[in-house]
Amino acid sequence: MTDAHVTDKWVTEAAAQLGITLDPAWTPSVRSHLELMLRLAGTMLDRPLPDEAEPAPVFRA
Amino acid sequence: MTAAEIAASVRSGTQTALEVTEAAIARAEADPYNAFTDVTAARARSQARAVDARAVKGPLAGVPFAVKNLFDIQGLPTRAGSTINRTRPPATGDAPLIQRLEAAGAVLIGGLNMGEYAYDFTGENVHDGASRNPHDPARMTGGSSGGSGAAVAGGLVPIALGSDTNGSIRVPASLCGIFGLKPTYGRLTRAGTFPFVASLDHLGPFARSVADLALAYDAMQGPDPADPVCDPRAPEPAVPGLDSGLHDCRIAIAGGYFEHGAGDQALAAVASCAAALGATRRVELLAVGPARAAAYLITASEGAALHLDRLRHRAAEFDPAVRDRLIAGALLPGVLVQQAQRFRRWFRAQVLETLAEVDILLAPATPCSAPLIGQTMMELAGVPVPVPVPVRANLGIFTQPISFIGLPVVAVPVRDGAMPIGVQVIAHPWREDLALRVARRLEQTGVAAPFA
Repeated sequence: MTDAHVTDKWVTEAAAQLGITLDPAWTPSVRSHLELMLRLAGTMLDRPLPDEAEPAPVFRA
Repeated sequence: MTAAEIAASVRSGTQTALEVTEAAIARAEADPYNAFTDVTAARARSQARAVDARAVKGPLAGVPFAVKNLFDIQGLPTRAGSTINRTRPPATGDAPLIQRLEAAGAVLIGGLNMGEYAYDFTGENVHDGASRNPHDPARMTGGSSGGSGAAVAGGLVPIALGSDTNGSIRVPASLCGIFGLKPTYGRLTRAGTFPFVASLDHLGPFARSVADLALAYDAMQGPDPADPVCDPRAPEPAVPGLDSGLHDCRIAIAGGYFEHGAGDQALAAVASCAAALGATRRVELLAVGPARAAAYLITASEGAALHLDRLRHRAAEFDPAVRDRLIAGALLPGVLVQQAQRFRRWFRAQVLETLAEVDILLAPATPCSAPLIGQTMMELAGVPVPVPVPVRANLGIFTQPISFIGLPVVAVPVRDGAMPIGVQVIAHPWREDLALRVARRLEQTGVAAPFA
Protein backbone atom coordinates (compact mmCIF):
# COMPACT_ATOMS: atom_id res chain seq x y z
CA MET A 1 0.00 0.00 0.00
CA THR A 2 1.17 3.52 -0.73
CA ASP A 3 1.45 6.20 1.95
CA ALA A 4 -1.70 7.78 0.52
CA HIS A 5 -3.59 4.52 0.90
CA VAL A 6 -2.40 4.17 4.49
CA THR A 7 -3.41 7.74 5.29
CA ASP A 8 -6.76 7.32 3.55
CA LYS A 9 -7.45 4.23 5.67
CA TRP A 10 -6.54 6.13 8.83
CA VAL A 11 -8.68 9.13 7.81
CA THR A 12 -11.68 6.88 7.16
CA GLU A 13 -11.31 4.99 10.42
CA ALA A 14 -10.64 8.06 12.54
CA ALA A 15 -13.61 9.88 11.01
CA ALA A 16 -15.80 6.87 11.74
CA GLN A 17 -14.68 6.98 15.39
CA LEU A 18 -16.06 10.53 15.49
CA GLY A 19 -19.30 9.44 13.89
CA ILE A 20 -18.52 11.11 10.56
CA THR A 21 -19.40 8.95 7.57
CA LEU A 22 -17.01 9.78 4.76
CA ASP A 23 -18.14 9.43 1.16
CA PRO A 24 -15.12 7.71 -0.42
CA ALA A 25 -15.01 10.49 -3.00
CA TRP A 26 -14.19 12.99 -0.24
CA THR A 27 -11.30 11.04 1.25
CA PRO A 28 -8.45 12.24 -1.01
CA SER A 29 -9.41 15.87 -0.40
CA VAL A 30 -9.67 15.37 3.38
CA ARG A 31 -6.33 13.56 3.35
CA SER A 32 -4.74 16.37 1.36
CA HIS A 33 -6.00 19.00 3.83
CA LEU A 34 -4.86 16.93 6.80
CA GLU A 35 -1.40 16.47 5.27
CA LEU A 36 -1.15 20.25 4.77
CA MET A 37 -2.16 20.86 8.39
CA LEU A 38 0.42 18.37 9.65
CA ARG A 39 3.12 20.00 7.50
CA LEU A 40 2.19 23.39 8.95
CA ALA A 41 2.23 21.90 12.44
CA GLY A 42 5.78 20.77 11.77
CA THR A 43 6.89 24.36 11.18
CA MET A 44 5.38 25.31 14.53
CA LEU A 45 6.92 22.39 16.40
CA ASP A 46 10.36 23.26 15.01
CA ARG A 47 10.40 26.18 17.44
CA PRO A 48 10.41 24.74 20.98
CA LEU A 49 8.44 26.72 23.53
CA PRO A 50 9.49 27.42 27.10
CA ASP A 51 7.67 25.29 29.68
CA GLU A 52 6.17 28.49 31.08
CA ALA A 53 4.30 29.25 27.86
CA GLU A 54 0.66 29.17 28.99
CA PRO A 55 -2.02 28.38 26.42
CA ALA A 56 -3.65 31.58 25.21
CA PRO A 57 -7.25 30.93 26.36
CA VAL A 58 -7.85 32.00 29.93
CA PHE A 59 -10.93 30.89 31.85
CA ARG A 60 -12.15 33.01 34.74
CA ALA A 61 -14.58 31.41 37.15
CA MET B 1 -22.32 60.41 -0.56
CA THR B 2 -20.33 59.32 2.46
CA ALA B 3 -22.06 58.24 5.64
CA ALA B 4 -20.95 61.47 7.31
CA GLU B 5 -22.46 63.55 4.49
CA ILE B 6 -25.72 61.59 4.57
CA ALA B 7 -26.03 61.99 8.34
CA ALA B 8 -25.31 65.72 8.10
CA SER B 9 -27.93 66.17 5.39
CA VAL B 10 -30.56 64.24 7.35
CA ARG B 11 -29.80 66.19 10.52
CA SER B 12 -30.04 69.50 8.65
CA GLY B 13 -33.27 68.50 6.90
CA THR B 14 -31.81 68.65 3.39
CA GLN B 15 -33.16 65.16 2.84
CA THR B 16 -35.12 62.70 4.97
CA ALA B 17 -33.92 59.35 6.20
CA LEU B 18 -36.82 57.80 4.29
CA GLU B 19 -35.63 59.33 1.00
CA VAL B 20 -32.11 58.03 1.61
CA THR B 21 -33.51 54.63 2.54
CA GLU B 22 -35.73 54.33 -0.55
CA ALA B 23 -32.71 55.01 -2.76
CA ALA B 24 -30.64 52.42 -0.88
CA ILE B 25 -33.41 49.81 -1.14
CA ALA B 26 -33.61 50.41 -4.88
CA ARG B 27 -29.86 49.94 -5.25
CA ALA B 28 -29.90 46.79 -3.11
CA GLU B 29 -32.79 45.28 -5.07
CA ALA B 30 -30.96 45.97 -8.36
CA ASP B 31 -27.67 44.68 -6.89
CA PRO B 32 -25.42 43.72 -9.83
CA TYR B 33 -22.71 42.23 -7.58
CA ASN B 34 -24.63 39.41 -5.89
CA ALA B 35 -23.79 41.16 -2.65
CA PHE B 36 -27.22 41.04 -0.99
CA THR B 37 -28.89 37.80 0.09
CA ASP B 38 -31.78 39.56 1.87
CA VAL B 39 -33.20 43.07 1.46
CA THR B 40 -35.11 44.07 4.59
CA ALA B 41 -37.14 46.80 2.91
CA ALA B 42 -40.11 46.94 5.28
CA ARG B 43 -38.06 47.25 8.46
CA ALA B 44 -35.74 49.73 6.75
CA ARG B 45 -38.66 52.02 5.90
CA SER B 46 -39.99 51.68 9.43
CA GLN B 47 -36.59 52.51 10.94
CA ALA B 48 -36.16 55.46 8.56
CA ARG B 49 -39.52 56.91 9.57
CA ALA B 50 -38.52 56.52 13.22
CA VAL B 51 -35.26 58.38 12.58
CA ASP B 52 -37.12 61.17 10.80
CA ALA B 53 -39.41 61.49 13.81
CA ARG B 54 -36.57 61.79 16.32
CA ALA B 55 -35.73 65.19 17.77
CA VAL B 56 -32.07 64.16 18.17
CA LYS B 57 -31.12 62.13 15.16
CA GLY B 58 -27.70 60.67 16.03
CA PRO B 59 -24.29 60.58 14.37
CA LEU B 60 -25.40 58.07 11.72
CA ALA B 61 -28.84 59.56 11.05
CA GLY B 62 -30.37 57.89 8.02
CA VAL B 63 -27.14 56.12 7.00
CA PRO B 64 -27.93 52.87 5.16
CA PHE B 65 -25.89 49.83 6.19
CA ALA B 66 -25.93 46.09 5.63
CA VAL B 67 -24.43 43.12 7.44
CA LYS B 68 -22.74 39.85 6.54
CA ASN B 69 -25.44 37.22 6.86
CA LEU B 70 -23.90 35.67 9.96
CA PHE B 71 -25.34 38.57 11.99
CA ASP B 72 -28.71 37.87 13.60
CA ILE B 73 -31.41 39.91 11.87
CA GLN B 74 -34.74 39.59 13.65
CA GLY B 75 -37.13 37.45 11.65
CA LEU B 76 -34.53 35.80 9.41
CA PRO B 77 -32.66 32.53 9.95
CA THR B 78 -28.98 33.36 10.41
CA ARG B 79 -27.65 31.47 7.43
CA ALA B 80 -23.91 32.22 7.76
CA GLY B 81 -23.47 31.46 4.08
CA SER B 82 -24.80 27.93 4.43
CA THR B 83 -27.93 26.07 3.33
CA ILE B 84 -27.92 24.01 6.51
CA ASN B 85 -28.62 27.04 8.72
CA ARG B 86 -31.63 28.06 6.65
CA THR B 87 -33.62 25.46 8.52
CA ARG B 88 -32.89 27.23 11.81
CA PRO B 89 -35.71 29.23 13.37
CA PRO B 90 -35.71 32.93 12.54
CA ALA B 91 -33.60 35.08 14.86
CA THR B 92 -35.68 36.49 17.68
CA GLY B 93 -33.65 39.68 17.89
CA ASP B 94 -30.93 41.70 16.17
CA ALA B 95 -27.23 41.33 16.90
CA PRO B 96 -26.09 44.00 19.40
CA LEU B 97 -23.89 45.70 16.78
CA ILE B 98 -26.97 46.20 14.57
CA GLN B 99 -28.84 47.58 17.57
CA ARG B 100 -26.00 49.98 18.35
CA LEU B 101 -25.77 51.28 14.77
CA GLU B 102 -29.54 51.75 14.66
CA ALA B 103 -29.43 53.55 18.02
CA ALA B 104 -27.05 55.99 16.32
CA GLY B 105 -29.62 56.52 13.57
CA ALA B 106 -28.39 54.08 10.90
CA VAL B 107 -30.87 52.04 8.83
CA LEU B 108 -30.36 48.34 8.12
CA ILE B 109 -30.97 47.52 4.46
CA GLY B 110 -30.29 43.76 4.56
CA GLY B 111 -28.01 40.74 4.83
CA LEU B 112 -24.95 40.14 2.67
CA ASN B 113 -23.40 37.20 0.86
CA MET B 114 -20.41 35.42 2.42
CA GLY B 115 -18.26 32.33 2.14
CA GLU B 116 -19.89 29.36 3.85
CA TYR B 117 -19.50 29.49 7.63
CA ALA B 118 -16.78 32.16 7.09
CA TYR B 119 -14.15 29.52 6.23
CA ASP B 120 -13.10 31.35 3.09
CA PHE B 121 -10.89 34.06 1.60
CA THR B 122 -12.46 34.20 -1.90
CA GLY B 123 -16.02 35.53 -1.57
CA GLU B 124 -17.28 32.54 -3.51
CA ASN B 125 -20.32 30.64 -2.27
CA VAL B 126 -21.45 27.36 -3.77
CA HIS B 127 -25.06 27.93 -2.67
CA ASP B 128 -25.64 31.62 -3.36
CA GLY B 129 -23.05 32.23 -6.06
CA ALA B 130 -19.91 34.34 -5.82
CA SER B 131 -20.10 37.96 -4.77
CA ARG B 132 -18.63 39.98 -7.65
CA ASN B 133 -15.92 42.60 -7.52
CA PRO B 134 -17.44 45.95 -8.57
CA HIS B 135 -14.19 46.90 -10.31
CA ASP B 136 -14.29 43.79 -12.51
CA PRO B 137 -17.26 41.44 -12.06
CA ALA B 138 -15.20 38.53 -13.38
CA ARG B 139 -12.95 38.82 -10.34
CA MET B 140 -13.25 37.81 -6.71
CA THR B 141 -14.27 40.18 -3.95
CA GLY B 142 -12.16 38.27 -1.48
CA GLY B 143 -13.83 36.77 1.56
CA SER B 144 -15.28 35.62 3.57
CA SER B 145 -17.06 39.00 3.95
CA GLY B 146 -17.38 39.17 0.15
CA GLY B 147 -20.84 40.70 0.00
CA SER B 148 -19.75 43.36 2.50
CA GLY B 149 -16.80 44.30 0.28
CA ALA B 150 -18.93 44.38 -2.87
CA ALA B 151 -21.80 46.33 -1.30
CA VAL B 152 -19.53 49.12 -0.09
CA ALA B 153 -17.15 49.21 -3.08
CA GLY B 154 -20.12 49.17 -5.46
CA GLY B 155 -21.80 52.08 -3.70
CA LEU B 156 -24.87 50.11 -2.62
CA VAL B 157 -24.39 51.19 1.02
CA PRO B 158 -21.74 53.42 2.60
CA ILE B 159 -21.17 51.10 5.57
CA ALA B 160 -21.22 47.31 5.93
CA LEU B 161 -20.29 44.97 8.75
CA GLY B 162 -18.24 41.82 8.42
CA SER B 163 -16.32 39.34 10.48
CA ASP B 164 -12.59 38.64 10.46
CA THR B 165 -11.20 35.41 11.92
CA ASN B 166 -8.04 35.22 9.84
CA GLY B 167 -8.47 38.11 7.42
CA SER B 168 -12.09 38.10 6.28
CA ILE B 169 -12.46 41.89 6.58
CA ARG B 170 -8.97 42.84 5.43
CA VAL B 171 -8.83 40.55 2.38
CA PRO B 172 -12.06 41.80 0.77
CA ALA B 173 -11.20 45.39 1.73
CA SER B 174 -7.93 44.92 -0.18
CA LEU B 175 -9.43 43.25 -3.24
CA CYS B 176 -12.39 45.65 -3.42
CA GLY B 177 -10.37 48.84 -2.81
CA ILE B 178 -12.09 50.12 0.33
CA PHE B 179 -11.27 50.71 4.00
CA GLY B 180 -11.83 47.98 6.57
CA LEU B 181 -11.26 47.88 10.32
CA LYS B 182 -10.48 44.74 12.26
CA PRO B 183 -10.47 46.00 15.84
CA THR B 184 -8.53 44.53 18.76
CA TYR B 185 -9.70 41.05 19.75
CA GLY B 186 -12.36 41.62 22.39
CA ARG B 187 -13.17 45.22 21.44
CA LEU B 188 -16.55 44.73 19.73
CA THR B 189 -19.17 42.32 21.01
CA ARG B 190 -19.75 39.25 18.89
CA ALA B 191 -23.03 38.38 20.58
CA GLY B 192 -25.85 37.61 18.18
CA THR B 193 -23.59 36.43 15.38
CA PHE B 194 -22.96 32.92 14.15
CA PRO B 195 -19.44 31.98 15.32
CA PHE B 196 -16.60 30.29 13.49
CA VAL B 197 -13.49 30.14 15.72
CA ALA B 198 -14.15 31.58 19.17
CA SER B 199 -10.41 32.06 19.82
CA LEU B 200 -10.00 34.26 16.76
CA ASP B 201 -13.35 35.77 15.73
CA HIS B 202 -13.60 39.57 15.38
CA LEU B 203 -16.29 41.84 13.92
CA GLY B 204 -15.78 45.19 12.24
CA PRO B 205 -16.89 47.75 9.65
CA PHE B 206 -16.12 48.52 5.98
CA ALA B 207 -16.43 52.01 4.49
CA ARG B 208 -15.21 54.19 1.62
CA SER B 209 -13.66 56.81 3.92
CA VAL B 210 -11.75 56.73 7.18
CA ALA B 211 -14.21 59.13 8.81
CA ASP B 212 -17.08 56.76 8.02
CA LEU B 213 -15.11 53.80 9.32
CA ALA B 214 -14.46 55.64 12.59
CA LEU B 215 -18.09 56.80 12.88
CA ALA B 216 -19.35 53.23 12.61
CA TYR B 217 -16.64 51.91 14.94
CA ASP B 218 -17.40 54.47 17.64
CA ALA B 219 -21.12 53.70 17.51
CA MET B 220 -20.46 50.00 18.11
CA GLN B 221 -18.01 50.14 21.04
CA GLY B 222 -18.81 49.21 24.60
CA PRO B 223 -18.91 46.20 26.89
CA ASP B 224 -21.39 43.37 26.52
CA PRO B 225 -21.58 40.53 29.05
CA ALA B 226 -23.30 38.41 26.40
CA ASP B 227 -19.90 37.92 24.72
CA PRO B 228 -17.41 36.46 27.23
CA VAL B 229 -14.51 37.74 25.12
CA CYS B 230 -15.78 41.33 24.89
CA ASP B 231 -13.61 43.52 27.12
CA PRO B 232 -15.40 45.48 29.86
CA ARG B 233 -13.58 48.70 29.00
CA ALA B 234 -15.63 51.81 28.27
CA PRO B 235 -15.84 53.13 24.70
CA GLU B 236 -12.73 54.97 23.51
CA PRO B 237 -14.04 57.11 20.64
CA ALA B 238 -11.73 57.53 17.66
CA VAL B 239 -13.61 60.27 15.80
CA PRO B 240 -12.65 63.20 18.07
CA GLY B 241 -8.91 62.64 17.54
CA LEU B 242 -9.02 61.58 13.91
CA ASP B 243 -7.36 64.77 12.65
CA SER B 244 -5.08 65.34 15.62
CA GLY B 245 -1.97 64.38 13.64
CA LEU B 246 0.69 61.77 14.11
CA HIS B 247 3.12 63.75 16.33
CA ASP B 248 5.92 61.36 17.33
CA CYS B 249 4.24 58.25 15.96
CA ARG B 250 6.93 55.68 15.12
CA ILE B 251 6.04 53.87 11.92
CA ALA B 252 7.92 50.96 10.39
CA ILE B 253 7.59 48.54 7.50
CA ALA B 254 7.15 44.87 8.41
CA GLY B 255 10.02 43.08 6.72
CA GLY B 256 11.01 39.45 6.39
CA TYR B 257 7.94 37.19 6.12
CA PHE B 258 5.78 40.07 4.87
CA GLU B 259 8.03 40.70 1.88
CA HIS B 260 8.26 37.06 0.77
CA GLY B 261 5.37 35.99 -1.36
CA ALA B 262 4.11 39.52 -1.90
CA GLY B 263 3.80 40.57 -5.53
CA ASP B 264 5.23 43.78 -6.94
CA GLN B 265 1.92 45.62 -6.59
CA ALA B 266 1.61 44.66 -2.93
CA LEU B 267 5.17 45.75 -2.15
CA ALA B 268 4.76 48.98 -4.11
CA ALA B 269 1.59 49.79 -2.17
CA VAL B 270 3.42 49.38 1.14
CA ALA B 271 6.30 51.50 -0.17
CA SER B 272 3.88 54.26 -1.23
CA CYS B 273 2.30 54.37 2.21
CA ALA B 274 5.69 54.34 3.92
CA ALA B 275 6.93 57.20 1.73
CA ALA B 276 3.81 59.28 2.42
CA LEU B 277 4.33 58.78 6.14
CA GLY B 278 8.09 59.32 6.05
CA ALA B 279 8.67 55.82 7.39
CA THR B 280 12.01 54.28 6.50
CA ARG B 281 12.55 51.84 9.34
CA ARG B 282 12.10 48.13 8.70
CA VAL B 283 11.43 45.63 11.48
CA GLU B 284 11.27 41.89 11.30
CA LEU B 285 8.96 39.91 13.55
CA LEU B 286 10.12 36.49 14.73
CA ALA B 287 8.41 33.24 13.73
CA VAL B 288 5.61 34.71 11.63
CA GLY B 289 5.32 31.59 9.47
CA PRO B 290 4.84 29.29 12.45
CA ALA B 291 2.33 31.80 13.84
CA ARG B 292 0.29 31.53 10.67
CA ALA B 293 0.54 27.74 10.95
CA ALA B 294 -0.73 27.84 14.52
CA ALA B 295 -3.68 30.05 13.49
CA TYR B 296 -4.43 27.58 10.70
CA LEU B 297 -4.55 24.66 13.15
CA ILE B 298 -6.68 26.44 15.74
CA THR B 299 -9.07 27.49 12.98
CA ALA B 300 -9.46 23.99 11.57
CA SER B 301 -9.86 22.36 14.96
CA GLU B 302 -12.18 24.86 16.64
CA GLY B 303 -14.20 25.16 13.44
CA ALA B 304 -14.54 21.38 13.33
CA ALA B 305 -15.65 21.27 16.97
CA LEU B 306 -18.30 23.91 16.28
CA HIS B 307 -19.64 21.96 13.31
CA LEU B 308 -19.08 18.40 14.55
CA ASP B 309 -22.74 17.54 14.86
CA ARG B 310 -23.46 18.90 11.39
CA LEU B 311 -20.47 16.97 10.00
CA ARG B 312 -21.87 13.80 11.58
CA HIS B 313 -25.39 14.21 10.28
CA ARG B 314 -25.48 16.66 7.35
CA ALA B 315 -21.99 16.52 5.80
CA ALA B 316 -23.26 16.29 2.23
CA GLU B 317 -25.02 19.65 2.58
CA PHE B 318 -21.79 21.61 3.17
CA ASP B 319 -19.77 23.36 0.49
CA PRO B 320 -17.25 20.58 -0.27
CA ALA B 321 -14.30 22.95 0.09
CA VAL B 322 -15.43 23.86 3.59
CA ARG B 323 -16.52 20.37 4.61
CA ASP B 324 -13.28 18.63 3.70
CA ARG B 325 -11.15 21.12 5.66
CA LEU B 326 -13.45 20.85 8.67
CA ILE B 327 -13.30 17.06 8.62
CA ALA B 328 -9.50 17.25 8.41
CA GLY B 329 -9.60 19.66 11.34
CA ALA B 330 -11.68 17.19 13.33
CA LEU B 331 -8.93 14.62 12.90
CA LEU B 332 -6.07 16.83 14.11
CA PRO B 333 -4.35 15.49 17.23
CA GLY B 334 -5.37 17.53 20.27
CA VAL B 335 -1.76 18.02 21.30
CA LEU B 336 -1.08 20.08 18.17
CA VAL B 337 -3.97 22.42 18.90
CA GLN B 338 -2.89 22.85 22.51
CA GLN B 339 0.62 23.58 21.28
CA ALA B 340 -0.80 26.16 18.87
CA GLN B 341 -2.55 27.92 21.77
CA ARG B 342 0.69 27.93 23.75
CA PHE B 343 2.48 29.27 20.67
CA ARG B 344 -0.09 32.04 20.44
CA ARG B 345 0.77 33.45 23.84
CA TRP B 346 4.51 33.12 23.18
CA PHE B 347 4.21 34.85 19.78
CA ARG B 348 2.18 37.69 21.27
CA ALA B 349 4.94 38.36 23.80
CA GLN B 350 7.59 38.34 21.06
CA VAL B 351 5.65 40.76 18.87
CA LEU B 352 4.85 43.15 21.71
CA GLU B 353 8.54 43.21 22.63
CA THR B 354 9.41 44.20 19.07
CA LEU B 355 6.61 46.76 19.02
CA ALA B 356 8.01 48.43 22.15
CA GLU B 357 10.01 50.59 19.74
CA VAL B 358 7.34 50.95 17.05
CA ASP B 359 3.78 52.30 17.18
CA ILE B 360 2.57 51.29 13.73
CA LEU B 361 3.58 48.52 11.35
CA LEU B 362 2.82 48.58 7.63
CA ALA B 363 2.36 45.28 5.79
CA PRO B 364 0.60 44.06 2.67
CA ALA B 365 -3.02 43.02 3.16
CA THR B 366 -2.96 40.49 0.33
CA PRO B 367 -0.14 39.10 -1.82
CA CYS B 368 -1.91 40.20 -5.01
CA SER B 369 -4.99 41.97 -6.33
CA ALA B 370 -8.23 40.10 -7.05
CA PRO B 371 -7.90 36.71 -8.78
CA LEU B 372 -10.54 35.61 -11.26
CA ILE B 373 -13.69 33.99 -9.86
CA GLY B 374 -13.20 30.24 -10.07
CA GLN B 375 -9.41 30.47 -10.02
CA THR B 376 -8.15 27.86 -7.57
CA MET B 377 -4.36 28.17 -7.81
CA MET B 378 -1.94 31.09 -7.91
CA GLU B 379 1.81 31.68 -7.70
CA LEU B 380 3.34 33.65 -4.87
CA ALA B 381 5.98 36.12 -5.99
CA GLY B 382 9.41 36.48 -4.45
CA VAL B 383 9.86 32.85 -3.44
CA PRO B 384 12.95 30.99 -4.68
CA VAL B 385 11.02 28.45 -6.74
CA PRO B 386 7.50 29.65 -7.58
CA VAL B 387 5.02 26.80 -7.29
CA PRO B 388 1.26 27.04 -7.61
CA VAL B 389 -0.48 27.35 -4.24
CA PRO B 390 -4.21 27.31 -3.46
CA VAL B 391 -5.86 30.73 -3.77
CA ARG B 392 -8.35 29.97 -0.99
CA ALA B 393 -5.73 29.52 1.73
CA ASN B 394 -3.04 31.89 0.52
CA LEU B 395 -4.95 35.15 0.05
CA GLY B 396 -4.70 35.44 3.84
CA ILE B 397 -1.03 34.74 4.41
CA PHE B 398 -0.35 38.32 5.55
CA THR B 399 -3.52 38.85 7.59
CA GLN B 400 -3.62 35.53 9.46
CA PRO B 401 -0.53 36.06 11.69
CA ILE B 402 -1.82 39.49 12.83
CA SER B 403 -5.35 38.49 13.84
CA PHE B 404 -3.76 35.47 15.53
CA ILE B 405 -2.67 37.82 18.32
CA GLY B 406 -5.61 40.18 18.04
CA LEU B 407 -3.83 43.39 17.00
CA PRO B 408 -6.06 46.13 15.55
CA VAL B 409 -5.63 46.79 11.83
CA VAL B 410 -7.03 49.28 9.34
CA ALA B 411 -6.81 47.99 5.77
CA VAL B 412 -6.32 50.98 3.46
CA PRO B 413 -6.88 50.88 -0.32
CA VAL B 414 -4.04 52.03 -2.55
CA ARG B 415 -4.53 53.33 -6.08
CA ASP B 416 -2.05 51.54 -8.30
CA GLY B 417 -2.70 49.30 -11.26
CA ALA B 418 -5.87 48.08 -12.91
CA MET B 419 -7.25 46.57 -9.71
CA PRO B 420 -6.92 47.81 -6.14
CA ILE B 421 -4.81 46.37 -3.36
CA GLY B 422 -4.68 47.09 0.35
CA VAL B 423 -2.08 47.79 3.01
CA GLN B 424 -2.46 46.80 6.65
CA VAL B 425 -1.91 49.60 9.17
CA ILE B 426 -1.24 47.59 12.33
CA ALA B 427 -1.27 49.09 15.83
CA HIS B 428 -0.73 48.01 19.42
CA PRO B 429 -3.66 46.35 21.19
CA TRP B 430 -6.48 48.83 21.92
CA ARG B 431 -4.94 51.54 19.69
CA GLU B 432 -7.48 51.49 16.90
CA ASP B 433 -7.50 55.28 17.26
CA LEU B 434 -3.87 55.49 16.16
CA ALA B 435 -4.33 53.09 13.23
CA LEU B 436 -7.31 55.20 12.11
CA ARG B 437 -5.28 58.42 12.42
CA VAL B 438 -2.53 56.95 10.24
CA ALA B 439 -5.14 55.78 7.73
CA ARG B 440 -6.61 59.28 7.78
CA ARG B 441 -3.21 60.78 7.02
CA LEU B 442 -2.78 58.37 4.11
CA GLU B 443 -6.23 59.36 2.85
CA GLN B 444 -5.39 63.07 3.13
CA THR B 445 -2.16 62.62 1.18
CA GLY B 446 -4.09 60.87 -1.57
CA VAL B 447 -2.13 57.62 -1.30
CA ALA B 448 -5.10 55.80 0.17
CA ALA B 449 -8.44 56.26 -1.54
CA PRO B 450 -11.39 54.08 -2.38
CA PHE B 451 -10.86 52.58 -5.79
CA ALA B 452 -13.20 54.16 -8.35
